[in-house]
Amino acid sequence: MLEDKKSVFVGTGLPIVAAMLAQKTHAPNLLIMFEAGGIGPLLPELPISVGESRTYYKGIMATSMHDVMSLSQAGYVDYGFLGAAQMDMFGNINTTVIGKYSHPKVRLPGSGGANDVASFSWKLIIIMAKQSKQTFVDKVDFLTTAGYLGGLGHRERVGLPIGSGPYRVITQLGIYGFNKKSKKLELLSLHPGETIDSIKNNSCFDIILANEIESSPIPPEEYLKILRDEIDPARIVLGRD
Amino acid sequence: MEIISEGKGQLIGWHDPDEAREWVVKNKSRELKSKVMSVKEAVKRYIHNGDYIASGGFGHVRVSMAIVYEIIRQKKRNLTMAGKTAVHDLDILVGSECVNKVEVAYSFGHELRGLSPSSRRMVENGRCKVVAETTNAGYQWRFLAGMMGIPFIPSRTMLGTDTLNYSSCKVAKDPYSGKLITLIPAAYPDVAFIHVHRCDIYGNAQIYGNTVEDIELSRCARRLIITTEEIVNVELIRQEPWKTTIPFFIVDAVVEVPYGSHPCQMPGAYYYDEEHLAEWMELSNTKEGVDEYFTKYVLSVQDFEHYLKLCGGAEKLNYLKRREFLEEPMIAPWQKR
Repeated sequence: MLEDKKSVFVGTGLPIVAAMLAQKTHAPNLLIMFEAGGIGPLLPELPISVGESRTYYKGIMATSMHDVMSLSQAGYVDYGFLGAAQMDMFGNINTTVIGKYSHPKVRLPGSGGANDVASFSWKLIIIMAKQSKQTFVDKVDFLTTAGYLGGLGHRERVGLPIGSGPYRVITQLGIYGFNKKSKKLELLSLHPGETIDSIKNNSCFDIILANEIESSPIPPEEYLKILRDEIDPARIVLGRD
Repeated sequence: MEIISEGKGQLIGWHDPDEAREWVVKNKSRELKSKVMSVKEAVKRYIHNGDYIASGGFGHVRVSMAIVYEIIRQKKRNLTMAGKTAVHDLDILVGSECVNKVEVAYSFGHELRGLSPSSRRMVENGRCKVVAETTNAGYQWRFLAGMMGIPFIPSRTMLGTDTLNYSSCKVAKDPYSGKLITLIPAAYPDVAFIHVHRCDIYGNAQIYGNTVEDIELSRCARRLIITTEEIVNVELIRQEPWKTTIPFFIVDAVVEVPYGSHPCQMPGAYYYDEEHLAEWMELSNTKEGVDEYFTKYVLSVQDFEHYLKLCGGAEKLNYLKRREFLEEPMIAPWQKR
């Protein structure tokens, strides 16, 4: 999904792990950008913060947030890559509160750079490790970050850049795109062992099924080895298995 | 310009641009004079109860921890803090009840380490108030507008979201393109504190690595405290003036604090002290633990050197240097098993 010779603006956690894997395998010339100013690093290990010195290790530039965010707004970011606590069928994301805003059950960190990345990137990829009825919701408790808002044309109507918006959603069950006409979530591919039922049982909203649903390829053993031994040996993001 | 909608977040730290200019001409000197002082004096002189404060760096990176600890020791109260991706600094300032209002871009988390038990508890029980939401670019551009001396910056971020609805921004029709655009108001924090790699006695400061928001923040803040790994001769600054990120005439205080970002990272110098951060995150699960932490590491220590000894002294600091240069493996002691 992350192509060589393209730029990707990565958020913290799983997106960094995925971008590192891409850089170590099929996309050695992937241009990775971080909001705090790191551009084009050859990531030596997993950065804990998107602001630390690893984010420009052997990089081409260590600059400012103003610089990176301005480049993004001006159209230089091909892919935005974010995690999410909650998402609805239009790819709108919540990372601000669980429960009511005035009396939150859980106060989450807020947008950080997520809203900016989703506003500015040409194609947004959302990655969620735990698809469930708690995370695939009818209505997000707080619309922190824009997906397609209420559907086709809504982003443009509120003034967001034309041609931008969510492109793919990746979960532990499958890979999704967005329906061309409605901009609602559409299943494109099932991971090994998963079924349409497991997809449906782990979502509050109806998921459109693409005409042809593919089977996600089994990741090569070599990729898993790179993930476990090189990228995240302390199992900070990947968790214990 | 036609205003289409307005966020309901509280507008903090905004001033009319002429009022801001007047404040500068009355309060900021262009005289080349030494501003070296102690941490104690800098905080006493420039940080007051009720101030709107901002910390430099980003998250756990290049944070002026010596100033943060001194704010706690001097028991400053009712502070409003810029949550411009403020994490460990904000977490302990909220936990110590110095900060009770936050404008949030990213707060109450420790990035990959997880959420902040202490400051989250304070927000969830109402003792710390979120006065407005924004985004990282949003905060950054509040500072940029302040730095430029203009009332707002137009941007295409936040449109269509609750983040905008709970921010202090407005949405207007852009008179050029006719499209909707977000107007991000200028911010002028009462005081900012920024940790740098080297600085002379006058305040000419050089940062190695990413500058994050510090070019803008240093210039829009009314008072600016610089803490530095080392104070160097002005001749060294003059040899490489292109490395200067902060010029002396915007600086009010210069404090030398080696390892002054600990337990946070200092790019190219030392890495995070993950064991120390894990200890805080574990203790801050309870109010008693929070008190224990502050007694041990803040209230009963004489100075920053004493604090560093408590944290493991030279052996620990040498380890953090090796860790920064990838000579030691990653550890994650805060990880839930």
